[in-house]
Amino acid sequence: MSKYYVDKFLYTTDGDPELLRRYKEDPAAYIDWWEKMIGHQLTSVETTSWLEFTDEERTALIEHDYVALFEMGAHFFLSLTIFIGIYNDDYEAEKGPLSFQREFAAKLQHWRGKTYPSVVC
Amino acid sequence: MATLTAVLATTHHPFYLKLTHLDPPEKRIPQAAEWVRKVEAYRETLTAARPDVLVMIGADHFHQFFLDNYPQFLIGKAPKYDATFYNEIREFSLPTYTLDGHEELSQFMLEGLIDRGFDMSMSNELKIDHSIICPIITTRPDADLPIVPIYTNIFVPPLPTPKRFWDLGRAIREIIDDFPSDLRVAAVGSGHLSLELGGPRQFEEHGPDPEFDRRAIGWLADGDIEGLLENVTRENLGTSGNATHGFLDLVTMFGIAGPEKAAYVDELDLFHTREAYITWYPNGAVL
Repeated sequence: MSKYYVDKFLYTTDGDPELLRRYKEDPAAYIDWWEKMIGHQLTSVETTSWLEFTDEERTALIEHDYVALFEMGAHFFLSLTIFIGIYNDDYEAEKGPLSFQREFAAKLQHWRGKTYPSVVC
Repeated sequence: MATLTAVLATTHHPFYLKLTHLDPPEKRIPQAAEWVRKVEAYRETLTAARPDVLVMIGADHFHQFFLDNYPQFLIGKAPKYDATFYNEIREFSLPTYTLDGHEELSQFMLEGLIDRGFDMSMSNELKIDHSIICPIITTRPDADLPIVPIYTNIFVPPLPTPKRFWDLGRAIREIIDDFPSDLRVAAVGSGHLSLELGGPRQFEEHGPDPEFDRRAIGWLADGDIEGLLENVTRENLGTSGNATHGFLDLVTMFGIAGPEKAAYVDELDLFHTREAYITWYPNGAVL
């Protein structure tokens, strides 16, 4: 598990419109590029040597699988915001306002009333 | 000495501007007109206090600060603050701003908080997010006053305890009261009642825990800090909705006001969340 690294991916990608576009259009290629170019950057010069995704984390990110990310303990605010950024406009045009947000909730109904996975890294 | 003329504790609903002003009328929610009336009435509670400077409490929603270095409590002490991040514009259609800072009060506040046991982080280059811009839009839309921004951690567990949020407010109050100036200071902070984000209870017809909301408004309205601290822990807030910890910023505002009944209390039930608009007038009849 590397929740921190998953959260770093969500945070850095959501905050840049060009990166978000690439993650929407070709997630697998974008994640490969992100790991090489952004994932290990600590500052514009310094890097971190040891951060990496597990196979399950990489798959969940490639598949935009926000249910799996919730269950891994990715931070709920980062996960919601990035997938709204990717899907909201398309869903709203086809199915109306908040349709994506409500589908997101519907897919997590098996967690209602239970203790959610911890977001502590 | 400075005079604290009003303390406002408000929920921040980032879609307010979009749903009540920017969207065409046929797309607005049924409560739009009532929502505008309530916000404009609430705005009057700040206008009537004739503030010269605003001490503003909020929380960075992973915009400038991230998990590599996330402060528990932070104060800005810059001459200017840009505001509104790209993904907030994208999602909420929020405008950008450049607000003036009040460097002298920021520095006095920073030193005063450290003297009182709050080892604050501080920033000389702080960009403000919607936790402060939403109350600017609702309570001071001209954005014409200098601010002292203070951020708290309501997102990254373990959070400070509810008592600590209250004590922070009490310390801020002492420091404002001690500030050697003729300024009229108002404190404006935003947070949430029960709220779910990125979980199974999000975006429903009402907030996730209406009973918590009713009790929370009651603690603030009645000045009941004992009841609040007996019933609210950082652990049980999550059972009312995974983002309900935003209530803790309202606890800090309550701390600035002190254990007094609020002078103004209003609320509005909306999809996804309940709004609360609360104002205290410390120091008696200063209006």
